[in-house]
Amino acid sequence: MPVIFITDALIFVLVFMVCLFIWYSRRHEHLCIPWRQVGENPLAMATSVVLLFYIAAGLLDSIHFHPRLDDENQEEIKYSTNILSVLDVLTEKLRSRVEKTYSAPFATHAYAKEMIDQPDGTRIRDYPRLNYGGSHLNDPDKDIVPDILTKTIIGIVMGIMIWLVLSAMIIFSLSRIRRSDIKTEFRCIIRGRDQIPGKIPWHVILITLGCIIIGITTLVYLSGFYHVLGTDKVGQDVLYQSLKSVRTGLLIGTLTTLIMLPFAIALGIMAGYFSGWIDDVIQYLYTTLNSIPGVLLIAAAILMLEVYMTNHAGDFTSIEQRADMRLLFLCMILGIMSWTGLCRLLRGETLKLREIDYVQAARAFGTGHITIMLRHILPNVMHIVMISIVLDFSGLVLVEAVLAYISIGVDPTMASWGNMINSARLEMAREPIVWWSLSAAFMFMLGLVLSANLFADAVRDAFDPRIRTIPAS
Amino acid sequence: MINYVIRRIAYALPILIGINIITFVLFFVVNTPDDMARMQLGQKRITQEAIDKWKSERGYDKPVLWNSQASAGQKISDTIFFQNSIKLFLFDFGQSDSGRDIGYDIRQRMWPSLAITFPSLILGLISYITFALTLAFFRGSYIDVWGVVMCVIMMSISSMFYIIGGQFVIGKLFNLVPISGYDTGFDAIKFVALPVIVGLIGGIGSSTRWYRTIFLEEMNKDFVRTARAKGLSEKTVLYRHVLRNGLIPILTGVVVVLPLLFIGSLVTESFFAVPGLGSYTIDAISNQDFAIVRSMVYLGSVLYIIGLILTDISYTIADPRIRLE
Repeated sequence: MPVIFITDALIFVLVFMVCLFIWYSRRHEHLCIPWRQVGENPLAMATSVVLLFYIAAGLLDSIHFHPRLDDENQEEIKYSTNILSVLDVLTEKLRSRVEKTYSAPFATHAYAKEMIDQPDGTRIRDYPRLNYGGSHLNDPDKDIVPDILTKTIIGIVMGIMIWLVLSAMIIFSLSRIRRSDIKTEFRCIIRGRDQIPGKIPWHVILITLGCIIIGITTLVYLSGFYHVLGTDKVGQDVLYQSLKSVRTGLLIGTLTTLIMLPFAIALGIMAGYFSGWIDDVIQYLYTTLNSIPGVLLIAAAILMLEVYMTNHAGDFTSIEQRADMRLLFLCMILGIMSWTGLCRLLRGETLKLREIDYVQAARAFGTGHITIMLRHILPNVMHIVMISIVLDFSGLVLVEAVLAYISIGVDPTMASWGNMINSARLEMAREPIVWWSLSAAFMFMLGLVLSANLFADAVRDAFDPRIRTIPAS
Repeated sequence: MINYVIRRIAYALPILIGINIITFVLFFVVNTPDDMARMQLGQKRITQEAIDKWKSERGYDKPVLWNSQASAGQKISDTIFFQNSIKLFLFDFGQSDSGRDIGYDIRQRMWPSLAITFPSLILGLISYITFALTLAFFRGSYIDVWGVVMCVIMMSISSMFYIIGGQFVIGKLFNLVPISGYDTGFDAIKFVALPVIVGLIGGIGSSTRWYRTIFLEEMNKDFVRTARAKGLSEKTVLYRHVLRNGLIPILTGVVVVLPLLFIGSLVTESFFAVPGLGSYTIDAISNQDFAIVRSMVYLGSVLYIIGLILTDISYTIADPRIRLE
């Protein structure tokens, strides 16, 4: 039985809008050109492959349902009260194999000593074996290294096979689209350059794809036998948590922008262009909102939300729904803040632009205000909008971690990198140090934010009218 | 000019009123004091007497906007709005929910905050501008490319990792400075050093890259080409024409945050256990002390507005092309 959270619905609205935007751009040559330029940038293509995997994980995690209970005796179909996502089902092994407490990556023994009953009746205090991690080994100390090596190799081989099949499919469909034979297509990609116009660096895409797929298959294969990234305090697999956190990070980065963008653009340009009382009103609006320091505003709002939620506990049917509301609310508050930031930037830029000759000239020719704003100002501030969308994205993903630390971030029950860092932080003083949760969150965050940043750069280079050069063809 | 400043200050008044209303709505209308009492006293099975007692101790037991039972003048003055918001407006912060004088706490705690934020800002500004100018000078070369790559990687790392990493490496592995804490007087330096260094490193990525683009933008402008064409040395071009023009957006960006330095950084302060306003706020948030959070929201806003006024003034001084009258 499907369950649709509000954020799920919004994320699919966003996907729909992106599709609409792509369809619209394809029909307009002036929008195609910068995107084609992005497409020709090897780094941008490599990072977009990475981003696609993150997005795929996020989308899979956005389809929720109540699983059906396997009870054959009953006539009617019963549903569990648990809410699972498609990602949960795919990572069933990771989710269900819970240890008692911490365990290091690839560990076969638990992190803490406890009393163990020996077969001969005596009890000793030692590190117990893990329930699942490396439980197939008879003599862990001796077997573990060869076992991990062979399993890694198997994983890599599987990955290479999948990658080869995928590459073959891509090359085949490319040759069909371009109506060339497979051999020349293959040669083009191997040589790293395409003779055909629209030079998308397919070799870079394929290499990135290969690396990711090999990484994933190895991880998947190994995680069937070990806790590849260890387990956390309650014995939950860290890899599973990191994967679940992807959705939270993506949502905060995108929904916030979705909420704030229309206001920021319209009001920012209007304020800068019209000056006078319109400027005063808009300035008043955003200065008032913006004057409240961001963290404090979020803190105050979340505090109030908490009060509301404890007093209206009955309104929320499940923990997940509660967490979801909190996430949405957080996005809205963050949106209110980043709205004012972009608006300010746009106003400042428009203030400068309207003094520039071409705007003065347009005004002297008697062009209408709206036309000037749309024709002469909007395209010239569009790079700021584009850059701030994509830069905001990575910024917001990072902010989430900070907010979680101040305990005003997403719900503590929700998987997020911020929550992972926050709980791992407290364990830094332990001996031996519990480093794996922290490093997992670090790697996953770095992967997403770094690729988002690099992709943002490529988009900026393509969209900035001052850098952009129309290719001569 | 003076006219403009006066007008700006006059503009600030309605903004302050707006903020006051926002905080009032957020703290007293969205949730009634009853809700807050129930939240603080525990979840369920709580008597109305306990709620009333909690409210009367904090002065929240009055009507919200209009006291119809009081006599003439007190109809307005004996309400939550008047008692809390109007007093806040006059910087009378009153007592926290735990009974401490907020104004006194703030005056005590703003100095440790400043001891960390001010050196961070100055040292940061100097180093970031130096880095950025170096990258801009070597534009297009390997130094530039790798510098930018480093910047992008550094700005992709959460500030939490810098703090945790800094504490771990400098504090725990090398034992150079105490991991956290604070001291008065000259001893404060060893406690301040680590947060300042961490803050500095954490800001390198984004700031250097941002400043570099500003400088590069200036470099592509006509007056720079003219300066080169008339035979000025690259050094003169860089310092006189690029740096000075590039400083306009950089400095105006800095002016906004100047007054906010008093507030300090929430995360840094609580990580390093600095008894500044940042950790004060964090403690208030975790104790759900509404009075302190409200005061801090208001104080932060006031400081930000001061920063904005200063920014606009500095704009007119720095760039005579911008007409503000």
